[in-house]
Amino acid sequence: MASWPILSVVTFLPLAGALFIPMLREDEAGARNARWVALWTTLITFAISLILVWRFDPASADFQFVERRPWLAGTINYAMGVDGISLPFVILTTALMPISILASWQAIQRRVREYMIAFLVLETLMVGTFCALDLVLFYLFFEGGLIPMFLIIGVWGGPRRVYASFKFFLYTLLGSVLMLLAIMAVYWDAGTTDIPTLLHHAFPRSLQMWAWFAFLASFAVKLPMWPVHTWLPDAHVEAPTAGSVILAAILLKMGGYGFLRFSLPMFPQASVELAPLVYALSVVAIIYTSLVALVQEDVKKLIAYSSVAHMGFVTMGLFAMTVQGVAGGIFQMISHGIVSAALFLCVGVIYDRMHTREIAAYGGLVNRMPIYAVVFMVFSLANVGLPGTSGFVGEFLALIGTFRVNNWVATLATIGTILSAAYMLWLYRKVIFGKLEKPGLAAITDVGWREIIVLAPLVILTIVLGIYPRPVLDVSAVSVTQLIDNFNHAVGSIHSAALAR
Amino acid sequence: MTPDFSAAALVPLLPEMLLGVGAMTLLILGAYRTEEAGRLIDAASVVLLVIAGLIVLVLPEGRLVAFNGSFVVDDFARFLKILAMFGSAAAIVMSLDYARREHEERFEYSVLILLSTLGMLMLISAADLIALYLGLELMSLPLYVVAASHRSSLRSSEAGLKYFVLGALSSGMLLYGASLVYGFTGTVTFAGIAHSAAEGGAGLIFGLVFLFAGFCFKVSAVPFHMWTPDVYEGAPTPVTAFFAAAPKVAGIAMFVRAAVVAFPGIAGQWQEIVVFVSIASMLLGAFAAIGQRNFKRLMAYSSIGHMGYALIGLAAGTAEGVQGVLVYMAIYVTMTLGVFAVILSMRRKGGMVESIDQLAGLARTHPAMAFFLAMLLFSMAGIPPLAGFFAKFYVFLAAIKAGFYILAVIGVLASVVGAYYYLTIVKIMYFDEPAEGFVGMPYELKVVLAVCGLFNILFFLYPAPLVGVASAAARSLF
Repeated sequence: MASWPILSVVTFLPLAGALFIPMLREDEAGARNARWVALWTTLITFAISLILVWRFDPASADFQFVERRPWLAGTINYAMGVDGISLPFVILTTALMPISILASWQAIQRRVREYMIAFLVLETLMVGTFCALDLVLFYLFFEGGLIPMFLIIGVWGGPRRVYASFKFFLYTLLGSVLMLLAIMAVYWDAGTTDIPTLLHHAFPRSLQMWAWFAFLASFAVKLPMWPVHTWLPDAHVEAPTAGSVILAAILLKMGGYGFLRFSLPMFPQASVELAPLVYALSVVAIIYTSLVALVQEDVKKLIAYSSVAHMGFVTMGLFAMTVQGVAGGIFQMISHGIVSAALFLCVGVIYDRMHTREIAAYGGLVNRMPIYAVVFMVFSLANVGLPGTSGFVGEFLALIGTFRVNNWVATLATIGTILSAAYMLWLYRKVIFGKLEKPGLAAITDVGWREIIVLAPLVILTIVLGIYPRPVLDVSAVSVTQLIDNFNHAVGSIHSAALAR
Repeated sequence: MTPDFSAAALVPLLPEMLLGVGAMTLLILGAYRTEEAGRLIDAASVVLLVIAGLIVLVLPEGRLVAFNGSFVVDDFARFLKILAMFGSAAAIVMSLDYARREHEERFEYSVLILLSTLGMLMLISAADLIALYLGLELMSLPLYVVAASHRSSLRSSEAGLKYFVLGALSSGMLLYGASLVYGFTGTVTFAGIAHSAAEGGAGLIFGLVFLFAGFCFKVSAVPFHMWTPDVYEGAPTPVTAFFAAAPKVAGIAMFVRAAVVAFPGIAGQWQEIVVFVSIASMLLGAFAAIGQRNFKRLMAYSSIGHMGYALIGLAAGTAEGVQGVLVYMAIYVTMTLGVFAVILSMRRKGGMVESIDQLAGLARTHPAMAFFLAMLLFSMAGIPPLAGFFAKFYVFLAAIKAGFYILAVIGVLASVVGAYYYLTIVKIMYFDEPAEGFVGMPYELKVVLAVCGLFNILFFLYPAPLVGVASAAARSLF
């Protein structure tokens, strides 16, 4: 056991960095210092989070590094802890933050100090979301992330930023407040909001049903699932590059994490009965949004729609409630976190040079930007799910996990992989290949050293996890197995009770 | 029961007596004033409020009773009295700079606020209908006067007159309701009413409805809210800041005490009324504020909405619910005072401005002010981890426990609608191009804004004390 509150340190260290930045001066030097402070803070946070990995015991399904302190009067405590399900997300968050800060190094020239503060506060809230072991604390972090993200989109975003930021904020808030009511109902039924206790509490069926829907309202918007995904393309398109990266890579994962942490274990019966609904929404998301992605003219929008489709695989895999399905869902989320982040960074590279995201404005980039063409290809293929990249492992596991339960759903979902190949390759051909004849492209330069530093770790991770996915799968394996066991046990006991009656 | 005429029997009234005697002394002092007396009286008023607050804290523990049970000091009263006096003191402090700049330095202002606060304390402790009415009128009459205190301003006079006419009407309704309740129960004490009203009856309900109409008027809950936007907009801004905080606390206190203590037997009936009033207030507050450009008017609708949320706790009718109301009111007062500290600082060379569009780009021209206002607005919208979230959390928690699911769902949906107009102000401050900056923010407003802002931001670190005190206060009613 940790002798010092390592999770609290990882969570609140970025906040400490954020508190330091306002003391810097408001001039150019202050902006430069703010960038360095943010970078070092996130790097140190990442380093400390690696201690978590090192000290984590993958053989145990229990929560580790647990901290508990009295907080709100009554039984609502400040409780933190990670298990095999949440640890990968914590690492994903801390790893992507320095990359996002680096990606904004030159793209953000206006109000740099405020920008860095918003990002650091956001990191605290995101890490806290994945570490919280109390429902109310979870909600606090989950929902608090709206404020910095609202400002990031609204202040540093594109031309339609006001619309996008409002839509993002109000959509997410609408889903979340319903979950808040369900949290309260859970509290009164179980007498606590302590997550480890709740995971073993048997809720009555009626409460399970409507609480499940309330949680769905929140996580479906966050993930996002069809048909409540419409805020995502707007938010992605208008957000600055690093904002899109964080949004796609981490904020969306909070939805999937929520399903995994709450909906499945706490409301098993409702999950079984309503799984067909999730399947249906997932299949629609996979096929419909892939088709929508095919006709996009904006690069970021295309990737945003492809994110929705990929999240469809996640929900499908999770609700298959098989070991492979759930492991696939987790892996797919991690992989998508890396790949979509990288794709948005790639878009950022050409956007910084040309200040347009229109697919039609590009073409023939391979002639001037060979390194960029290779990098972009790796991530495009990973997004398609080519074997050998991390995208393949998650989709494959999710598909076989689902196939065992419902082969129609799995079959329909494979159509999505074909469509994803169609839109990604089409995008790649339009942007990279062809003749370099568009005005303004003639002088475009290849990626610089800073961009290489940003993209290289993601390339390595994509390929390494594609070939050797065990690091992620092993960390979560025991927790996933226990989750499935508990789930089957809960469902089984309900069935036997029904038979006995 | 033989009346107790010993001096010890008056101990529970020490804060009230101090304020009453103090206000009259200051009045006389002001009447023979020299030039400096005005400022002295302001300072003395704040000091009196602080001392009265301290006396409330050091009064003997437990439930104290005076005047044959018509005046009660319990934990509920202590909590709300301190809150009301905090609101009044802050309102006096916030008016100083305004009065100086607008050349409206009148010593009567502080004295009237003291007298009104005295009425509030009376109201908060009132445990029979007559004491309640006395307190209510003592609170309201100075409010009518201060609303119209800008004698040269047409808007201010209109606000004062409107407030007076409608306030008198509502007092009349309340009095009529009280007389009906007295007629059907034969007593005016809350305990007596509770005893003989156990089984209800049409006449009693009739009286109850009129009583509640009066209460709703004072807390500006729908459908008796019509005066609020006009009075908020028309009254001088420091007066509006005062209206938005302390009198609301006293109004809610009387509402809760009367409903919970006097009518527990017919809770089912009055809960229906409160549920309706609460839903209507939340919805109206959320939707009507969207189109407002005047910040004071917007705050009027915002306060209507907030009263709706606070009343959710009362609708639950349980100790948890009352606890929620108390937490809500405490946080509401800090949010409101903080926002009004900003409104009072919206001053250019040509004078005060009130439109929210004037805040354009405030994040660039006055970053600290914009930051605190943004946090207060997010807090009002109920976004965690700010204090406003906990305020809503506790009332909804009580509503869910009591089984008011529909009320809770409508409440949270209204909070999303309400978030829209708070976000609009944040958008104007942070996303829009800067307008001309304001003249420097006076020192005392900076303090109020920083204290309220930091309270709202840091509340989540250590919420247990306020919640615990509110819980004890709520239990003292049951």
